[in-house]
Amino acid sequence: MDPIFGIHASALLLRSQRMDVLATNLANADTPHYKARDFDFATALDRAAGRGGLRVTHRRHIGGPSSAPSSDLAYRVPHQPAVDGNTVEADLELARFAENSVAYQASLSFLDGRISTLRLALTGGR
Amino acid sequence: MGLFNTFDVAGSALSAQSLRLNLTASNLANMNNVAGSADEVYRARHAVFRSAEPTFADRLAAVGVRVLGVVESRAPAIERFDPGHPEADENGLVYAANVNAVEEMANMLSASRSYQSNLEVINTAKQLLLRTLSLGQG
Repeated sequence: MDPIFGIHASALLLRSQRMDVLATNLANADTPHYKARDFDFATALDRAAGRGGLRVTHRRHIGGPSSAPSSDLAYRVPHQPAVDGNTVEADLELARFAENSVAYQASLSFLDGRISTLRLALTGGR
Repeated sequence: MGLFNTFDVAGSALSAQSLRLNLTASNLANMNNVAGSADEVYRARHAVFRSAEPTFADRLAAVGVRVLGVVESRAPAIERFDPGHPEADENGLVYAANVNAVEEMANMLSASRSYQSNLEVINTAKQLLLRTLSLGQG
């Protein structure tokens, strides 16, 4: 990833992808047989940052799993399964959605701070 | 890009839930309909939801909800003995719509809650997108 923005650029991307997944869960809260999904943010961020997985030091090495978070989507284990086979718990999903959007805003603030720092360095405060 | 997808997903849920709310209104409005035979009377209508699931080859995360169709309830019409009714058949029976008011009220609450939560998703996504667009301008 771009060293100027560090981890925050990939974090922002992953947060927006997680928001998609959580929105999908909420949209299908009343769909029979739908299984709620999510991915582990910390693992996905590690993978996006190049940590975790297999390190490739030779061009003939085979790397680990790709960094696309859609490939490590997992199914949620429900606390209270429904009779129609749906595993979405709308209030919990809404809470995770709120938490995720706060984290998204935090990443945005970090990026904003980095940009204003760079701008200050470029213009010398004039 | 992720955030635009969120609008599609939550929007599909909004239209599905509003259809469900419409059907509940229709069922409650026609709850007291009677007819001379069990075939002619109004039957409760319900929407069938299905997630717009992609194929396994394309494991894209965001899928909305799709309305497969509207089905009529197969519960038997309610027979009522009312020989004075103009629609009554030769046995003095009229047939009332098979709408279960309690079930419909529960459906209505569930649909309106789901509608609200999806609206909240859209609002949050909109705010985040607007903040993202103004990134670096502050």
